[in-house]
Amino acid sequence: MEIERHDYDVVVIGAGGAGLRAAIEARQQGKRTAIVCKSLFGKAHTVMAEGGAAAAMGNVNSDDNWMVHFRDTMRGGKFLNNWRMAELHAKEAPDRVWELEAWGALFDRTKDGKISQRNFGGHEYPRLAHVGDRTGLELIRTLQQRVVALQQEDYETHGDYEAYIKVFAECTVTRLLKDGDAISGAFGYWRETGNLIVFDAPTVVLATGGIGKSYVVTSNSWEYTGDGHALALLAGAKLINMEFIQFHPTGMVWPPSVRGILVTESVRGDGGVLRNSEGKRFMFDYIPEVFKDKYATSEEEADRWYTDQANNRRPPELLPRDEVARAINSEVKAGRGSPQGGVFLDVSTRLPAEEIKRRLPSMHHQFKELADVDITTEPMQVGPTCHYIMGGVEVDADTGAAAVPGLFAAGEVSGGMHGSNRLGGNSLSDLLVFGRRAGLGASDYINGLKVRPKVSEASVESARKEALAPLERTGENPYEVHQELQRSMNDLVGIIRKAGEISEALEVIEKLKERVQLVGAAGNRIYNPGWHLALDLRNMLLVSECVAKAALLREESRGGHTRDDFPVMAADWRRKLLVCSTTDGSGVTVVEQAQPEMRQDLFDLFDRGELKKYLTEEEMDR
Amino acid sequence: MSYKAKFRVWRGEGGEGKLEDFTVEVNEGEVVLDIIHRLQATQAPDLAVRWNCKAGKCGSCSMEINGKPRLGCMTRMSTFTEEEVITVTPMRTFPVIKDLVCDVSFNYQKAREVPSFTPPKDVRPGEYRMKQVDVERSQEFRKCIECFMCNNVCHVIRDHEENKAAFSGPRFLMRIAELDMHPYDVADRQVSAQEDHGLGYCNITKCCTEVCPEHIKITDNALIPMKERVVDRKYDPLVWLGNKIFKRSSS
Ligand SMILES: Cc1cc2nc3c(=O)[nH]c(=O)nc-3n(C[C@H](O)[C@H](O)[C@H](O)COP(=O)(O)OP(=O)(O)OC[C@H]3O[C@@H](n4cnc5c(N)ncnc54)[C@H](O)[C@@H]3O)c2cc1C
Ligand code: SF4
Ligand code: SF4
Ligand code: FES
Repeated sequence: MEIERHDYDVVVIGAGGAGLRAAIEARQQGKRTAIVCKSLFGKAHTVMAEGGAAAAMGNVNSDDNWMVHFRDTMRGGKFLNNWRMAELHAKEAPDRVWELEAWGALFDRTKDGKISQRNFGGHEYPRLAHVGDRTGLELIRTLQQRVVALQQEDYETHGDYEAYIKVFAECTVTRLLKDGDAISGAFGYWRETGNLIVFDAPTVVLATGGIGKSYVVTSNSWEYTGDGHALALLAGAKLINMEFIQFHPTGMVWPPSVRGILVTESVRGDGGVLRNSEGKRFMFDYIPEVFKDKYATSEEEADRWYTDQANNRRPPELLPRDEVARAINSEVKAGRGSPQGGVFLDVSTRLPAEEIKRRLPSMHHQFKELADVDITTEPMQVGPTCHYIMGGVEVDADTGAAAVPGLFAAGEVSGGMHGSNRLGGNSLSDLLVFGRRAGLGASDYINGLKVRPKVSEASVESARKEALAPLERTGENPYEVHQELQRSMNDLVGIIRKAGEISEALEVIEKLKERVQLVGAAGNRIYNPGWHLALDLRNMLLVSECVAKAALLREESRGGHTRDDFPVMAADWRRKLLVCSTTDGSGVTVVEQAQPEMRQDLFDLFDRGELKKYLTEEEMDR
Repeated sequence: MSYKAKFRVWRGEGGEGKLEDFTVEVNEGEVVLDIIHRLQATQAPDLAVRWNCKAGKCGSCSMEINGKPRLGCMTRMSTFTEEEVITVTPMRTFPVIKDLVCDVSFNYQKAREVPSFTPPKDVRPGEYRMKQVDVERSQEFRKCIECFMCNNVCHVIRDHEENKAAFSGPRFLMRIAELDMHPYDVADRQVSAQEDHGLGYCNITKCCTEVCPEHIKITDNALIPMKERVVDRKYDPLVWLGNKIFKRSSS
């Protein structure tokens, strides 16, 4: 069968916040840009984000600025973050949010007509620009409409909406193509028809999001099969920080079929509290040493904070997510959980019903429709859910460039920005800041190219064979392999880890790798989900192997990586990144790499007493 | 608490197909989309269905359940009796690609025909000042998750292929209203709503409002006010200018 071919300057894989912002930038730089995505345009995972986008605009508390945001981000990530990324992010986020407003976004307002900002875990001041609890929808729709606006401009000048920017929706990329060391294009298939497609392009921007579908209990959708992580590995790029996975403390626990679906942190940001079966606000018992001076020690002080932040410390419900998730886990294990195996999250006794409906409309709707619970009159039951991967493609902070020439990455698929734990709201802003930078990076790379890399027919042929293989086999159903992987990762490399269990998971992964070679997809090529899943399994297994191998090596507990057998955070480990790579895709190698030292002026933004809690003595001696 | 339910699901490709019968397990708390997924995992691995968020936020899983447009992920099985046969078919107004998946490109084409947000040239990013009350009207419309069920149900195009060229459907007429009510939009949208997007075809039956999973009052808050603006405009072109100035007077 004929393979469809397209020529572009930049191929952006992913139409979430990061991908769309990258594509907009590339087009604004005059590059012919393709946006490729697995779902319909406007449905990427970003649409699900609820709480908001963090940007130190200082609209609600004028003491906020980029330095405070930078410090909060580094603290949240337990100082493992790529400091340059954290710096750029904190500095540029406000401009990226304001730009959305100029493209038509309508955020909630303050009394004086500015963009309103809300409190969130780990952020010192109210910082999240939001629209009720549907901020992701606003973000994606605005970017989608900006793409359309650019297409309308192109129609005016060239008579063709798609002259400079075209969306290839429901199209999955399965391989990146190279000419020697450099990127020369991408290979994929149309979900709708099963027809194959090749992009000839000197640059690819990966913006494929996360990996949550390797876990049973997750807030993530089917798209999150770690495709971009795997594509990068297979193309010779490196992944860092893969052991760090964020388990969001509050996922729905009941009914079983919605287990894992997110309950936004805004519930706590707006006053919601966590209680155990004894009715106790247990978070006061779980304030870790490093945060002792920043969080309230009594309910009275915590409650006063909502109205007077200058004179009171924050409620411990707003500790960074890793802390809250572990606390809930411990309460449930100690037998103080709720009837359905979570804890209680209550906003009904904290805000008037009307206020709840206004501030948290989609949570109200979600519980009413899916669980028959009215959150204005009764508490919710919640528990941890696999939510976000901090790890991803190792990139240059300023340009988003990966180790492979012509390959760029932004958003959840990239690694470094969030260190060992991401603060809520820092992802949406990350997408905008680094999406734009990756679009620019790709454009600059093209400007400097002397010859355009070529797609080799041999690489297209082997990608074609790989993609069609499951259709030609009659083996096991891919759903079974998937379920076994999800259960194993959930049980063995979940929120609390031990060497023995992780090793067990690695054995399971080895066996599943063999089974994947044999899975078959019944039916034909037209919109065939069984076939699609069979192909996604390669990616999920590669990524799971990275997670498990890195988790086994890191013998400490930090952020989204908790080792029962190594419960403390070790300053020595902070200086090391674990880097994953593969030679032929059959297995993953993990090596240690030194973390670059923080620039002096950034170092000086912190109190030395605080730094001492994280850094080695040798590092403090500067 | 689990039981076996009887499902009839549309199967077929490119214009042809038929209802197929299935008997399938249902557990407590499940929604129709869970049952479709169970069919995929156990009986029909190539059964095509769109979905993403499974929480009513992305608008991918639109289908017709017992003839009514619904989100599969938000339709609880407990709303049916255990004996009931549940019939699941794709949206009727758009061509079927396979099984429950439709070609919804009509909607993307219409979206592209609505001129984009047009702010005044002299306001820079960061300088926008708007009151909450002034943005709330447009915010209601921006809750739209683009499930396209309102366009699917609207009788102007549901069984009238011939009207599709001239009519953008409630979703995009509402988009025009959203922009018209945006405090900073300066484009003239009223004449075009009538002449280019077919506002006149709408005879305010409110079927669109009834199916909207976001409970947006499409007819009352977007379409009727838009119709009124068009009428006022016919009598007095100055009203439009007045409206524009009024929109931001409070900020
Ligand atoms: C329920 C929920 C709530 C959240 N709330 C917040 C919040 O309030 N604030 C915040 O900052 N963060 C939040 N997050 C996190 C944040 O939403 C995500 O991290 C972020 O949206 C990821 O964006 P992205 O652009 O990297 O990727 P996505 O938006 O996930 O987009 C990925 C894109 O890549 C495409 N893709 C993937 N693989 C392929 C392939 N092989 N071929 C072609 N295309 C492919 C997909 O189709 C999709 O278009 C939330 C996450 C969840 C799950
Ligand atoms: S109110 Fe108008 S747009 Fe809505 S369904 Fe009826 S005719 Fe269609
Ligand atoms: S207005 Fe309502 S029914 Fe129409 S597309 Fe939007 S969410 Fe769906
Ligand atoms: S799957 Fe997103 S709305 Fe149903």
